[in-house]
Amino acid sequence: MHLTYEANKPMGKQQKPIELDDVTIRFSGDSGDGMQLTGTLFSNTSAFLGNDLATFPDYPAEIRAPQGTVGGVSGFQVHVGHKNIKTPGDYADILVAMNPAALKANAKWVKMGGTIILDVDNFNEKGFAKAGYRDDPIKEEGLEDYNIIRAPITSLTKESLKDLGLDMKSVVRSKNMFALGMIYWLFNQPLKYTEEFFTNKFRKRPEIIKANEKVLKAGYHYADTIEALHTSYLIRPAEIAKGNYRNINGNTATAWGLLAAAEKAGLQLFIGSYPITPATSILEEMAARKDLGVISFQAEDEIAGICTSIGASFAGKMAVTTTSGPGLALKSEAIGLAVITELPLVIVDVQRGGPSTGLPTKTEQSDLMQVLYGRNGESPVAVVAASTPSNCYYYAFMAAKIALEHMCPVILMTDGYLANGSEPWKIMPTGELPGITPPFADPDKEYEPYERDPETLVRKWAIPSMPGHEHRIGGLEKDALKGTVSYDPVNHEVMTKTRAEKIRRITKEIPDIEIEGDQDGDVLLVGWGSTYGHLATALEELLDEGKKAGLAHFHYLNPLPLNTGEVLGKFKKIIVCELNMGQFAGYLRMNFQQFTYHQLNKIQGLPFTVTEIKDAVNKLLEV
Amino acid sequence: MSETKEFVQYTPRDFKSDQEVRWCPGCGDHAILNSMQRAMSELGIRKEMYAVISGIGCSSRFPYYMNTYGFHTIHGRAAAIASGTKVSNPELSVWEITGDGDALAIGGNHLIHAVRRNVNINIILFNNQIYGLTKGQYSPTSKKGQITKTSPYGTVEDPFHPGELVIGAQGKFFARTMDNNIKLSTEIFKEAARHEGTSVIEVLQNCVIYNDGAYADINDREHREDRQLILHDGEPMIFGKNRDKGIIMDGFKLQVVTLGEKGITEDDILIHHANENNPGLHTMISNMRHPSYPVALGVIRNVQSPAYDMMVHAQIDKVKAGSKIKSVNDLLFSGNTWEVE
Ligand code: SF4
Repeated sequence: MHLTYEANKPMGKQQKPIELDDVTIRFSGDSGDGMQLTGTLFSNTSAFLGNDLATFPDYPAEIRAPQGTVGGVSGFQVHVGHKNIKTPGDYADILVAMNPAALKANAKWVKMGGTIILDVDNFNEKGFAKAGYRDDPIKEEGLEDYNIIRAPITSLTKESLKDLGLDMKSVVRSKNMFALGMIYWLFNQPLKYTEEFFTNKFRKRPEIIKANEKVLKAGYHYADTIEALHTSYLIRPAEIAKGNYRNINGNTATAWGLLAAAEKAGLQLFIGSYPITPATSILEEMAARKDLGVISFQAEDEIAGICTSIGASFAGKMAVTTTSGPGLALKSEAIGLAVITELPLVIVDVQRGGPSTGLPTKTEQSDLMQVLYGRNGESPVAVVAASTPSNCYYYAFMAAKIALEHMCPVILMTDGYLANGSEPWKIMPTGELPGITPPFADPDKEYEPYERDPETLVRKWAIPSMPGHEHRIGGLEKDALKGTVSYDPVNHEVMTKTRAEKIRRITKEIPDIEIEGDQDGDVLLVGWGSTYGHLATALEELLDEGKKAGLAHFHYLNPLPLNTGEVLGKFKKIIVCELNMGQFAGYLRMNFQQFTYHQLNKIQGLPFTVTEIKDAVNKLLEV
Repeated sequence: MSETKEFVQYTPRDFKSDQEVRWCPGCGDHAILNSMQRAMSELGIRKEMYAVISGIGCSSRFPYYMNTYGFHTIHGRAAAIASGTKVSNPELSVWEITGDGDALAIGGNHLIHAVRRNVNINIILFNNQIYGLTKGQYSPTSKKGQITKTSPYGTVEDPFHPGELVIGAQGKFFARTMDNNIKLSTEIFKEAARHEGTSVIEVLQNCVIYNDGAYADINDREHREDRQLILHDGEPMIFGKNRDKGIIMDGFKLQVVTLGEKGITEDDILIHHANENNPGLHTMISNMRHPSYPVALGVIRNVQSPAYDMMVHAQIDKVKAGSKIKSVNDLLFSGNTWEVE
């Protein structure tokens, strides 16, 4: 077998760029190829140029799977546009594949007839074998009609750096910048933001700055000269609201929202956590935030993570613990302790594919039932879910506000897709957030630990060091007033109902759910959490097609907004779309039995595609 | 209201809560409670600054009987919860009350890590070598071969020796006392409170119901003085009714000798240095068992080392002083931001 994977020949050209509304690019390569960085740098440049965008990293669970194999492929998809971008895009217009394995893992995600940029230096028989191709990958994948750009990325990178005297490892490591340079040419984007990044990052290693700049430029010029890329494209800035922006991912936004809450409440933040994918970077960010007084405690296990936080809450701190599904399972007994002692606590569950270790790096919404009910006894907690990477900031803030003002544990649900996905965010300074007033005990009044506000049923918070308020709390059932241990049967029923009612009364403070699109009609799409972008985009397209449809997307899951039943009743059909087997549908069925719920479920560790949602809705409308 | 504000001096009574003490009559826990109330009243710490935090088990009912801030938590987790409380407010005097099941079985992981970190909490480990609250199953300190409800043919497990475990986990303070020795317990509790870092005090506690007499061989009136070595820092390890017995080092082993026999004088007896950094001798002393040796009581190890909670706050202060980010808004606008006009 002999294949002619010859590189495209350079050739000068001069053409006006074509304007595009939006484009989706997927960078893919070995997990050591720096694809996450490449995608991030491209996103940053696009954001600085005023485009709207959304990103989706797709990386393997194994840190170093064998090089060149499909298991080790790391991808980063970014959707850039001049209109409102809500999703990272279903299918890519352009795929960068640094080796045959990357092509194998991602070919199915390229739009029909799309552009594929290959590092032809790795497309040899050795590479094919590792990726599991028997023959020419292009033929095997049926990509003959696609625009295939065969770029000698590795060899031209080496060539451009040959005079710098760098070691071979550093040279090869810069090849991702060659690919990025090509993409910058293709979209008429300047190199300067990326150059600035390297200048700042490697201040002490000028040779690295130089190398990256050289390779970036080499890629740019190569793209300018080859005939296979005949035109370049331009995406005009998006029409977005005035203000200050930055790119942010969900985990950073979560950390910052919690920090904002602590500052608003005038409390020091304590985080007790144990590293777990995909939640770890929240703990990492908090550990770096000692400048804002954060006490970060890396615990010996998940249980100690939440228990140290409960101890901190007892001591009067704004207490947080962060985890993912398996960790939440370990924390469940301690959550019950926070429920019965009525201490404020924020638990962040960054969901991933389950059960057990499941799919650590993939997204899923399958922890909902665990979050709502996964504890012994009647153990109600408030549940809030963020729906975009950037609104993790606001909902983390609200989760903390509810916890502190209602003296209860609150679980904030995000997921791997939100945690790692990023988008430009119009910065929300703390002045735009509501105040937080924890119900501290009055130092000059008698204190009964379980005396409640008659309106909200919230008890007062007396913390060690307040003279005269010494009291005991604990996991045993307590007398409704005195707070002393009580085994009285009637008292237990009173306390159980009180704890439930206290959570229910939070309804008064959460907003009604607003329907997007038509306010009544044929079909209501229902969603919660990270599926928002795909659902909203699908809704827009359905409305454009003349369908009578609306979207109710939930951020407050327990308690549910007061008007939930009313909203569900306004449409002929309801379809609940979620990345699990139908947990939210089941929850609605239990709470609002009068309606029929259709379901769209996906359990592949991946977000929905807009097409999938539209197909399901259209099928439902046909019936 | 706030009567404590005027208190300068306390009596043990000030630390008694209004709750009826529910341990079995004759249980060693009663005496430990007395020792604790006495120690707290003598420490000169304001009452509202005490936090008593327990896990689950007979001993863990303790906080309910103390008129201080108290938290009766969940099984095994008191060390973690107490760590969180202490790190949050290093000014507090935090006491963890736990048992052999709570601290060494279900809570073993939290115990060793609290000790390793050296969080400045005082852990009182009630060791009765049995599960009392669940009515008589063997624990991680039950003697090998012990017959209990879950070991009707005798256990086939070796027990933990708490001292060895704590010292092995980088423990800086380990002491042992006997439940009914109120004077010794009070002194030890006070010394533990003064020690900066994790202090673990093993209290040999008699469970009259499920493991009565577990310590009778070393604690009955007649033999007590011959079978207990009460350590004093800087003093020779001498014990016995007639104070004629001592401990010497023979090669790599400890040995019990009689003063005046075979030319042994007081000068040959080992001197106890609780502040010796090397854990070797402390481990050997804490592992001494009847009948070969007396059981060592008192402060076995007391080594200075910076406490975790203090270091955490020192680091925060240092980073704060050197950072440009003083508020969340500073953070939000740090790094790459851009303005859309
Ligand atoms: S069961 Fe044993 S340890 Fe528990 S209270 Fe009774 S005597 Fe004490």
